[in-house]
Amino acid sequence: MLGGWPLLSLLVWLPILGGVGVLFAGRDNADRARWTALAVAGLTLLLGVALWFGFEVGVAGMQFVERVSWIQAFGVEYYLGVDGISMPLVVLTAFSTLLVVIAAWEVVRYKPAQYLAAFLIMEGVMIGVFSALDAILFYVFFEAMLIPMFLIIGIWGGPNRIYATLKFFIYTFLGSVMMLVALIYLRTEAGSFAIQDFYGLALPFTTQVLVFLAFLAAFAVKVPMFPVHTWLPDAHVEAPTGGSVILAAITLKIGGYGFLRFSLPIAPEASMALDWLLISLSLIAVVYIGLVAMVQEDLKKLIAYSSIAHMGFVTLAFFLIFRIFAASGSRDAALLALEGGLVQMISHGFVSAAMFLCVGVLYDRMHTRRIADYGGVANRMPVFAGLFVFFAMANAGLPGTSGFVGEFMVILASFQAGFWYAAIAGLTLILGAAYSLWMIKRVVYGEVRNPEVDKLRDVDLRERLLLGSLAGVVLLFGLYPAPLINVMAPSLDALFGIVVPTP
Amino acid sequence: MNFEMPQFAMAAPEIWLGVMVCVVLIADLFDPGRESRLAFFLTQATLLVGIGLAVYTHWGVERAITFNGMYVSDSLAAVLKITVAGLSMATLGYSRDYLRQRDLLKGEFYLLAILANLGMFVMASASSLLVLYVGLEMLSLSLYAMVAFDRDSRIGAEAAMKYFVLGALSSGMMLYGMSMIYGASGSLLIDEIAAQAIAGNNLLLMGFGMTFVLVGVAFKFGAAPFHMWIPDVYQGAPTAATAFLGTAPKVAALALFLRLLVDGLGDMHDQWQGMAIILAVASLAIGNLFALVQTNLKRMLAYSTISHIGFLFLGLIAGTDEGYAAALFYAISYGIMASGAFGMITLLSHRGFEAEMIDDMRGLNDRHSGFALVMLLLMFSMTGIPGTVGFYAKWLVLQALIDTGMVWLAVVAVVFAVIGAFYYLRVLKAVYFDRLESPAPLQAPMGQRVIVAVNGGLILVLGLFPDRLIEICQTALGL
Repeated sequence: MLGGWPLLSLLVWLPILGGVGVLFAGRDNADRARWTALAVAGLTLLLGVALWFGFEVGVAGMQFVERVSWIQAFGVEYYLGVDGISMPLVVLTAFSTLLVVIAAWEVVRYKPAQYLAAFLIMEGVMIGVFSALDAILFYVFFEAMLIPMFLIIGIWGGPNRIYATLKFFIYTFLGSVMMLVALIYLRTEAGSFAIQDFYGLALPFTTQVLVFLAFLAAFAVKVPMFPVHTWLPDAHVEAPTGGSVILAAITLKIGGYGFLRFSLPIAPEASMALDWLLISLSLIAVVYIGLVAMVQEDLKKLIAYSSIAHMGFVTLAFFLIFRIFAASGSRDAALLALEGGLVQMISHGFVSAAMFLCVGVLYDRMHTRRIADYGGVANRMPVFAGLFVFFAMANAGLPGTSGFVGEFMVILASFQAGFWYAAIAGLTLILGAAYSLWMIKRVVYGEVRNPEVDKLRDVDLRERLLLGSLAGVVLLFGLYPAPLINVMAPSLDALFGIVVPTP
Repeated sequence: MNFEMPQFAMAAPEIWLGVMVCVVLIADLFDPGRESRLAFFLTQATLLVGIGLAVYTHWGVERAITFNGMYVSDSLAAVLKITVAGLSMATLGYSRDYLRQRDLLKGEFYLLAILANLGMFVMASASSLLVLYVGLEMLSLSLYAMVAFDRDSRIGAEAAMKYFVLGALSSGMMLYGMSMIYGASGSLLIDEIAAQAIAGNNLLLMGFGMTFVLVGVAFKFGAAPFHMWIPDVYQGAPTAATAFLGTAPKVAALALFLRLLVDGLGDMHDQWQGMAIILAVASLAIGNLFALVQTNLKRMLAYSTISHIGFLFLGLIAGTDEGYAAALFYAISYGIMASGAFGMITLLSHRGFEAEMIDDMRGLNDRHSGFALVMLLLMFSMTGIPGTVGFYAKWLVLQALIDTGMVWLAVVAVVFAVIGAFYYLRVLKAVYFDRLESPAPLQAPMGQRVIVAVNGGLILVLGLFPDRLIEICQTALGL
């Protein structure tokens, strides 16, 4: 609550109801749909800013809590609240959605009202995921995300969209129903569906492992981790630009968020016992997927694989904490890894959104995503080239960009766990630089060989605004990450206290 | 035995329907327009008043028994009657235009619908094997006639024949089982049978009887491996009849199960549980796997019904009052979903054209985005995606299972639910992703549009606020 206003409820329901409004407003008037959507998304971002500034830094617990009974028969509550882990993600969601609405302005011509409505509804549902503190409420939002994304890829996607959308749906649905079984089981143990009541349940080890695996099924698919990552490149390639932005910027983060909110605190012993599994899969993602990214012919596929590698880095950070703590005995070092992982998540949200928007800009003009079709774009689109290069640098983790901060923190912390962990994790910087820069070289620089490229015009005001604002944020958090880290540190510290109880 | 005057007032809903059968029969003769407008409105009014009477006489009152112990009035009866009558009203509303275009708009259709409802009402309040059987046959005979309603259709006649033969077989099975139970317990009254079962008299014979009864119930439900009639009958019958047959009678079958196996033989739960598990898992497997390969929408929905029946059985298997309440919730929400789905088929069909293939749904979003949205809600609800009532139906069943420690069964169920997602998504693919060259806008009469909107809205509203319905189901089971 902020000044008596249920801020989180507004953040959830304004976009959802606004989306329905856009549907009606824009039935036969595309412009009215666009302006309504812009107003709704802008207002939601304002609420997000209010959330950011209303948030009390230095407090570990939940804030803006709203709690009313919802399904009395089973003790399910409408229970919302954010802490330092989820609050930045809520703001990120509001920010990305506004970008998507602007990015769709003149580009989406087939049923624009439905397109914008789908994204607004998606926004509300994703904010719901990040702020739900009741397991069933969380699950409702978690699953409801599938509906708009299914439509977004299937209706506005590329030629192979039906295969991609079905694959996306089935993979994520299978993962999440396993989680539902685990949640219902946990309720019989804890007596309520409040997530925090699940913490500190003294579950037997075998049960913990089963619960952990059920959560793993849900979140590993969302992240996505190797080897269940194969839906992501398909989904990205077929999705429209906005779909890719939301997928990369937010939905992948929900997997990482799930590990922090569910897997680690609810099944800490199982997490510790199975950390080798998660660490191995993460390292494979970092190295192998990084190499796969290098050989891609398709711009979107390249960025999609790069996302998987970056998210592998995040999960590595989250599950390395046990080894860091065991080797060094230092709580601060383990916390550094957690903070680094979360910073990396947020940063990747901005950077990958920007990269996909850049590809979208190119695709709108050339209608091809093949790297080989480009070359020498900088000659015709100097402003765009500058921005694109900057985002590629951020993707590679150049100091001064937000990408660097998270990676640096994680690698620093992983030294405590052992040299080799740090060495392999460090490969992400090298591989990231390799595929990002090689892509830039082939797309942006060189001679203009394709006559189509010769006809390109540079980014217009709308696109400058879009990419420029992202560049600003990336630079801001790269140079001065303290506000972000201050917000999340107390909550992560409390989380670590639950996962690894120290005497 | 003292003769007691039965309390007729308690059976007011049945008496009302019985009287109205005669009224509608005669009134239809005087209908000048030959469109049976009078019969239609009289039927809807009859069912509506029936609902009112069911609420007034049964809901929230103390469980009472009359007619020498053969008729029971309790909240469960109220919920069952309200549901079957409500679903009947919806499907009759949907089918009016469909029947008109096929020259099937005769008063007899509505007469049969009231008779079927009377049978289902009797089943819902039955407290004796004999009454239960009478209700069941009254329902079955009406349905046989409805399936055969398009007498010029060869496929319809074949479906009716199949339905009749297999239905008679299942009735025979059930009767045979009932006779054994009567032999073992010495009574036809369900309360006395329950007392005998608790006392543990003649358990072996009782067990045999129970097995046959369960087979009969499985037949009526269409649970695998007794499901063979469902796809053929669903496909062959006129869609209006399929819609009627696929919704309310499923709830009535649940009444059969609850009255017979729970009220009567609830104490022998350990014995029928194993059989019910086999029925449930087989239904989930066969229903979902066969639905995957169907190209005919009506057949697909038929197989999907079988899989839903499997899920419903899981709630019964749990054997707790929570489980029975979950099954009741499942049956009600399934009824709402199925009536919507069949209603959409009747909407898309027009004279000389049956929209029964999945391909016929192509481009629906371009033709009418509102209907497409309802279809989306229906399919996601059947899949069990949150935000729709279908999610809570599945969740309650899983909750009941896990509470009783059958986690493995819950995992099996959700795996099949994922397989099921495939074919529901195929329908949505046709609706949203396939585009037509020249989409013709879809027209539908006002009345039907209202029912579609109410149906879709109900799925969404119950999907967001299921609390009230859950409470009603739990109250009905005495929780």
